[in-house]
Amino acid sequence: MSTALALAAEVRSGRRTARDAVEEALAAVAQGDGEFHAFLTVLGDEARAQADVVDATVAAGGDPGPLAGVPVALKDNLCTRGVATTCGSKILEGWHPPYDATVVESLRAAGAITLGKTNMDEFAMGSSTENSAFGPTRNPRHTGKVPGGSSGGSAAAVAAGFAPLGLGSDTGGSIRQPAALCGVVGMKPTYGRVSRYGLVAFASSLDQIGPFATTVEDAALLYDILSGHDPLDSTSLPSVPEPTLASVHQGVEGIRIGLCRDLVDGCAPDVAARVHQAADALSGAGAKVDEISVPEFAYGLSAYYLIAPAEASSNLARYDGVRYGLRVDGQDAEAMNTATRTAGFGAEVKRRVMLGTYALSAGYYDAYYAQAQRVRTLVMRAFDRAYESVDVLLGATAPTTAFDLGAKVNDPMAMYMNDVCTIPSNLSGHPAVSVPFGTGEDGLPVGVQVLAPALGEAMMFRVAQVVEAHAPLGAGS
Amino acid sequence: MSADWEMVIGLEVHCELATESKLFCGCRNAFGDEPNVNICPVCLGLPGSLPVLNEHAVELAMRIGEALHCEIRPSEFARKNYFYPDQAKDYQISQYDKPLNAGGWLELPDGYRVGVTRAHMEEDTGKLTHVGGSGRINAAMHALVDYNRSGVPLVEIVSEPDIRTVAHARAYVAELRGILIATGASDGRMEEGSMRVDANVSVRPAGTQAFGTRCEIKNLNSLRSLVRAMEYEAARQIAVLESGGTVGQETRHWDETSGRTESMRSKEEANDYRYFPEPDLVPLAPDAAWQKRVRADLGPMPAARRAGLAAALGGAPSDAEVDQIRAVVDLGLDGLVTAAAEAGASPSLALARAANEVAAQGDAGLRLDAGVFTSLLAMESGGQLSATQSKTVLSTLIERGGGDPATVAAEMGFEALAADALSTVLDEVIAAHPDEWARFVDGEDKLTGMFTGEVMKATSGKANGKEVAAELRRRRG
Repeated sequence: MSTALALAAEVRSGRRTARDAVEEALAAVAQGDGEFHAFLTVLGDEARAQADVVDATVAAGGDPGPLAGVPVALKDNLCTRGVATTCGSKILEGWHPPYDATVVESLRAAGAITLGKTNMDEFAMGSSTENSAFGPTRNPRHTGKVPGGSSGGSAAAVAAGFAPLGLGSDTGGSIRQPAALCGVVGMKPTYGRVSRYGLVAFASSLDQIGPFATTVEDAALLYDILSGHDPLDSTSLPSVPEPTLASVHQGVEGIRIGLCRDLVDGCAPDVAARVHQAADALSGAGAKVDEISVPEFAYGLSAYYLIAPAEASSNLARYDGVRYGLRVDGQDAEAMNTATRTAGFGAEVKRRVMLGTYALSAGYYDAYYAQAQRVRTLVMRAFDRAYESVDVLLGATAPTTAFDLGAKVNDPMAMYMNDVCTIPSNLSGHPAVSVPFGTGEDGLPVGVQVLAPALGEAMMFRVAQVVEAHAPLGAGS
Repeated sequence: MSADWEMVIGLEVHCELATESKLFCGCRNAFGDEPNVNICPVCLGLPGSLPVLNEHAVELAMRIGEALHCEIRPSEFARKNYFYPDQAKDYQISQYDKPLNAGGWLELPDGYRVGVTRAHMEEDTGKLTHVGGSGRINAAMHALVDYNRSGVPLVEIVSEPDIRTVAHARAYVAELRGILIATGASDGRMEEGSMRVDANVSVRPAGTQAFGTRCEIKNLNSLRSLVRAMEYEAARQIAVLESGGTVGQETRHWDETSGRTESMRSKEEANDYRYFPEPDLVPLAPDAAWQKRVRADLGPMPAARRAGLAAALGGAPSDAEVDQIRAVVDLGLDGLVTAAAEAGASPSLALARAANEVAAQGDAGLRLDAGVFTSLLAMESGGQLSATQSKTVLSTLIERGGGDPATVAAEMGFEALAADALSTVLDEVIAAHPDEWARFVDGEDKLTGMFTGEVMKATSGKANGKEVAAELRRRRG
């Protein structure tokens, strides 16, 4: 499948119909997704109807938008009007949102085609997509491996060539880590840059929607369409975002890059070697690369696993069987509530709801939640200090390449360690992107992560593009 | 209450703000509509929805703060977590440790000051109706939920435990109601739930300083309930203590029918609300300019307006006039009285008519033009209309939304009775009641009423009561 930029150019110029692109994508999903299980819902008729609208606009000489005819895979925690939105959970059984997420509206306005809803760890809690109530997704690069998570379905859909673009959500690395494991580009924007309206909340202060793509250019294209102020999201930033696509090829001449030891040293040697190789390539391209240490990142994981569950325990309270989704009857409201949640939530969700409830409880709040917030502030200050001497940071995205299905399902701590390199950017609200860069010793993709200060997306994409341009051949593709 | 004991009372008053729309969405804020018509994804707490703060609600909350002499502070919203079917998100967005208004006071009409700890913003819940059984919570077969009220803006005004008598508690609520109406923040309708009161009540031996154990009484929906419930509760606690028992800290429910408070839950059973800062909203810190504008826009409060009316009457008002002044100010009719008095009408007559006939017409009375009112009062004072006629014309003018008093009086046949006509009628009435006339001549003054009534009957109310009385006295000699 061609890139989003190339496909949109073809559709916009009338050389190819959107309908043709959609039929190709639907055929690919029909043929291949039985094996990967990237999608929970495929929107055949709806996608065709959207394509026909795009084609009619082109035929009438109108502007069909910058993503004309480009199929996009949507993580199943993004609300789509009239279309099941499950969050990978049984508890939302039968719920069809009466509204579209703001990002879905933005995609449609840009002429994109919503191809379907993708598999995910239940309520985005997980790093392997094995916590889905609807069965795991397999890594298209190697079907015995996990695709990462929680946005594993969108990452796999893009890696499998089902769609040039995907949307995920990133609370602790849920876009970047599966992007790394599947060998695609995955990016988390600055907190507040992309509206969260219509994203089913996991941890509100950390969640951010972002793009999956096969190239940095495509990721920048999609990010430019998603970003901007939304009056429906109070945490949406009011400023007009700086476009990133136009400057993505400007190179790294003079940019100061900090090779962050704390995001490399704990990783598998083959992963670490690729990060060093990427640093060398950037240096060769004119960047000023220095090693830097931000030891506070080590505390990020612990803080994250208190703050995120605390917020989740509150965000997930509403799944009580009263208004929508699953209801398991009981003799009174409380019994119904308990029976519904017991049947509707999976083990990992229950674990985090309990953890978060505990962390917020009277007598424990200061020791856990409040302390974690102080650590979060510490991590933010550490970033600020680092960015006094460098423009961006470089590190690994995930400590290892994709692991075997089932390998970590019974070891939550091992699973949580997957997020160690991605969590700091969620705590600080800063942007970060994972770019495929060669493979590990097992032949599976390695992701290199570029981290930037708040609103540093344009510079971050420039660095990412140079990393991509120097990626060793055969990077899982 | 026995002189051996003293009550300690603190009141929490929930006030629904009179905004057009709800606190966090654009749904209509209205009482009495069909169930579940004023709802949207936000106030239903649908997955993916986000709150956006209503600026007008903040402004009204600031007015309340100003009127209660509070300091308006940088504030924050928090989540109060508890499961209940009327709670769309299973948490309530409220202000916790950083309320908008803090540290004020309210002065009762007798000069007693009650401290106001805080006046914070929060959202209302939906409304549950228990169906089946006896309609009581425990016996209900099922419950219906109306989410029209979900997300309606509230301000909770918390007093210091400064109140020592039931009379002062009643006066506090009445005065606060007047202030809330005067600020435009609320319509103050307790019967519609616009104002809801919870009372914290404890008792202690008279002359001691330490507080006793308090009970919180819920469901006080009228001043009458408030008084009855507090009297009952004080007596209950005293009885417990005098029989050697101890009062347990608990929440009690006022049952209007049985006239008793009943235990709802003890301190041990109390919820742990797990408050934490609401991550979907940004901190609220009204700047100095906004605060200044709110201060400038705030009109005089009831106490000042009552003083103004009393001054207009000249001399100390009678007990009846004190009641009339209070009623007129509470209803916002004091402007009408003042304007009429300034235009030359008798202040006491204007006050009496406003407190009775105008007040009786509700909202329509508020629309009465001061010029029309003044003309009518002039006709009554000048003897062109009897008091009875004047009242009838006034009611008609209000019902019609205005008009010329003289025209309306003519239309209703209220020509003033000519003096000779009165004389003729009086002759007939006296002739018909010879015994009563003899007793009246002997000094039985109270028969004036009987004779006046008969004259009124004979003249269809056209006679002027004062003139009839004067004529009766003249004839008696």
